[in-house]
Amino acid sequence: MKITLHVWRQKDRNAQGKLVRYECPNVSEHMSFLEMLDVLNEDLTTKGEDPVAFEHDCREGICGSCGIVINGVAHGPMPGTTVCQLHMRHFKDGDELYLEPWRAKAFPVMKDLIVDRGAFDRIIAAGGYISVPAGSAPDGNAIPVPKEDSDRAMDAAQCIGCGACVAACPNASASLFTSAKISHLGLLPQGQPERYERALNMVQQMTIEEFGACGNIGECEAVCPKRISIENIARMHRDYMNGAFSARPNAEAGSAG
Amino acid sequence: MKLESRIPSGPIEKKWDNCRFDMKLVNPANKRKYSVIVVGTGLAGGAAAATLGELGYNVLCFSHHDSPRRAHSIAAQGGINAAKNYCNDGDSIYRLFYDTVKGGDFRAREANVYRLAQISVGIIDQCVAQGVPFAREYGGTLSNRSFGGAQVSRTFYARGQTGQQLLLGAYQALERQIDAGSVKMFTRREMLDLIVIDGVARGIVTRDMGTGKLEVTIADAVVLGTGGYGNVFYLSTNAKNSNATAIWRAYKRGAAFGNPCFTQIHPTCIPVSGDYQSKLTLMSESLRNDGRIWVPLKKGDARAADQIPEAERDYFLERRYPSFGNLVPRDVASRNAKMVCDEGRGVGPGGYGVYLDFADSIRRLGASTIRERYGNLFEMYDRITGEDPYSVPMRIYPAVHYTMGGLWVDYRLQSTIPGLFVIGEANFSDHGANRLGASALMQGLADGYFVLPYTIGDYLANTKLAKADESHVAAREALGNVENLTKKMLGIRGKRTVDSFHKELGKYMWEYCGMARTDKGLQFAMGKIAELREEYWKNVNILGSNEEINQSLERAGRVADFIELGELMCRDALERRESCGGHFREEWQTPEGEAQRDDENFSHAAAWLYQGDGKTPERLVEPLEFEYVHPSQRSYK
Ligand SMILES: Cc1cc2nc3c(=O)[nH]c(=O)nc-3n(C[C@H](O)[C@H](O)[C@H](O)COP(=O)(O)OP(=O)(O)OC[C@H]3O[C@@H](n4cnc5c(N)ncnc54)[C@H](O)[C@@H]3O)c2cc1C
Ligand code: SF4
Ligand code: FES
Repeated sequence: MKITLHVWRQKDRNAQGKLVRYECPNVSEHMSFLEMLDVLNEDLTTKGEDPVAFEHDCREGICGSCGIVINGVAHGPMPGTTVCQLHMRHFKDGDELYLEPWRAKAFPVMKDLIVDRGAFDRIIAAGGYISVPAGSAPDGNAIPVPKEDSDRAMDAAQCIGCGACVAACPNASASLFTSAKISHLGLLPQGQPERYERALNMVQQMTIEEFGACGNIGECEAVCPKRISIENIARMHRDYMNGAFSARPNAEAGSAG
Repeated sequence: MKLESRIPSGPIEKKWDNCRFDMKLVNPANKRKYSVIVVGTGLAGGAAAATLGELGYNVLCFSHHDSPRRAHSIAAQGGINAAKNYCNDGDSIYRLFYDTVKGGDFRAREANVYRLAQISVGIIDQCVAQGVPFAREYGGTLSNRSFGGAQVSRTFYARGQTGQQLLLGAYQALERQIDAGSVKMFTRREMLDLIVIDGVARGIVTRDMGTGKLEVTIADAVVLGTGGYGNVFYLSTNAKNSNATAIWRAYKRGAAFGNPCFTQIHPTCIPVSGDYQSKLTLMSESLRNDGRIWVPLKKGDARAADQIPEAERDYFLERRYPSFGNLVPRDVASRNAKMVCDEGRGVGPGGYGVYLDFADSIRRLGASTIRERYGNLFEMYDRITGEDPYSVPMRIYPAVHYTMGGLWVDYRLQSTIPGLFVIGEANFSDHGANRLGASALMQGLADGYFVLPYTIGDYLANTKLAKADESHVAAREALGNVENLTKKMLGIRGKRTVDSFHKELGKYMWEYCGMARTDKGLQFAMGKIAELREEYWKNVNILGSNEEINQSLERAGRVADFIELGELMCRDALERRESCGGHFREEWQTPEGEAQRDDENFSHAAAWLYQGDGKTPERLVEPLEFEYVHPSQRSYK
């Protein structure tokens, strides 16, 4: 089939970008979306034109590298599917598609469809962990975890850090991503000691990174390829409030002399 | 040069203890004064960088990804082994050790494998404490399942995303250290050369993939956890950006390359659908528990699967291996699938596929049981192929999956260059000629959390290093080397794209250095690869400049290295005149067509030492001794 693309081209962080039209005349229905772009890039290179830069790696929907807004929808039209797992059989001959990068103040465009998502790492660094140095762990079965808690923690832990939730949110909020980590760790007994402080620190970092506030719109959940639930955001708010009320300077360690 | 494996003395269960006791410790207050470069943030590199940071070293960590969380370990599905014996089914450290040595077809170092089995236990504890949401039983305890090559249930898992959850655990520990300031993280940096000063590894040259800037970093030791090189075949289950560049450039600086020809071909992957195919997708090995593998009896039978009556089907694994049936190890299953397709009995477009049929199981257990067991895999299959495996059999074909070979390391994970340590899939250590399922994750984390952090301390405590910085002649030479290479590549402006070379290389590798290898085929491939290499440097077309994000340039360097590595793999396969594990030389097979080892002449690891471009590398040998597990012919009949 024949597909017409309008792709966002931008040379670097500071350049002005614009949409450029390309024709893909021989698209097979079995191709993945990114394979269609591979073929386009081979053609462009052969013609001496700069290929389209886009981020990708695993192509199995798990690494979170890929991400393109297709006709206004982050990761394209198939629910629960990253763009690397999207196949061309879901499009029709003659379709015209607009391809744009994630748009958010906190995710500056680096080139074409590639954005800088370093802010996500800094949110994790602010508290998205359990402090347990290698070697200090008790036996794996020492703390039983109810299966249901473990399953719910896993539901939240599946987030791949792609950033589609931010791209879809009118406020460019990172709440779904941040709350997924707060829930994952906060639902487990191992995560309790740092639970409220974690929520406080991560939410504060979200603001520092200039993500917007959550307005309960739900666009994030709709595009999330891992179907992370917005219930997590409610849990984040509760834990954050708890953290904010109980926040106090760290008790001094080992002052017994 | 002689390979010194530095295996500690004593009985096998005491070796690691003895080694740790003999090692010199670095005084906690002094650790801050040592800087260590860690390249890679997969399970191996991520765990190592976090742990070294926790211990107080000054860590400089590099990844070509935009975030440490994207390392290819994220894609591992099935699980991670540990000798916990939580199922009370007779597992033990010794049994895990035994299974791994046997599964590797007696081509791994016993002492390393034993240590791996010992450490496996602590890995699970560590990961649980970090919050890895492993599957649980209703009583709240950890759940286990069984995996190929083992008769006990010792595999821990987190749905079909075990690698993701383990990596996120390591990543979070790493981010914690980044926040604490003990680890400095450099993302989107590709290591392009190793800096060796006075015979010891002291630094790396990296390219900032955002700006093209080349940077020199000097430290007291260098650790590579840069993953496997399966992408030498172009099509594999590895992520698109997985590459061999870091270990290859280290090889060219004097690190010997161990058993390069040992690659694992996984039997159950979705077949190639067209020449635009960019990678292959693994379907978990667990499917073989309930799926039956077959092809039509007749050549070129073009009927749909459900039109072929029972009597005209060949369930070839069940026929040839009545006792293991569809559950034979990976290498055996793969080779047999290739055989029937080569006979012209393969199915699907192109004829390179076999059926994995669930009809009998669905009849016996009901569709809902099958959905419960494999629902997400069936969905993934459907998403990729557009076919519903509940109603038509899956089509599968083997694909390159894992590389057992890698840089040679001694018991302490140090390469033949002092100060250069190699961990995870990037080294050659623990799996011999064939890796068992769920043991790569175990090895990566063992190396990163529990082995390297000790052994590197001993190295630092025992080594007096001269002062050095970016202006050292060796550093400037390495930097110049990378600059020249980049200029040379960008200056060619030929007619062929980087990918077209990569695809051609992949075809030779798959055809001649894949599931079945022959003297003649390997020699032919080496000739072809040499021609390809020559053409590459005259005719590759890389647009743009260095001073920008340039994905063609990134790939170009990697493909240039793959071409050279491909040649070395063929050379290694040619010289290993026996069949073992994933290395099948057609000349060496039993009358029943199984791999025939030659223990008299090849009970050793081969490690190749670079001698300069255009020169034949030297083949070093580390003899392997089996004191505990006696080598036997593997039989799955
Ligand atoms: C689809 C699939 C499923 C699997 N399932 C399982 C399983 O169920 N159980 C199991 O035990 N094993 C499994 N494996 C194998 C296992 O996942 C890998 O062997 C293991 O994760 C490798 O980890 P690593 O840390 O060595 O390397 P990787 O995770 O590959 O990490 C490599 C790191 O090095 C960096 N890097 C590489 N080159 C450079 C460079 N030049 N400069 C800078 N940085 C660089 C990368 O950015 C990355 O951070 C699977 C593999 C695949 C492909
Ligand atoms: S919450 Fe969903 S959309 Fe957001 S980063 Fe995670 S996986 Fe992506
Ligand atoms: S490329 Fe990994 S999630 Fe799409």
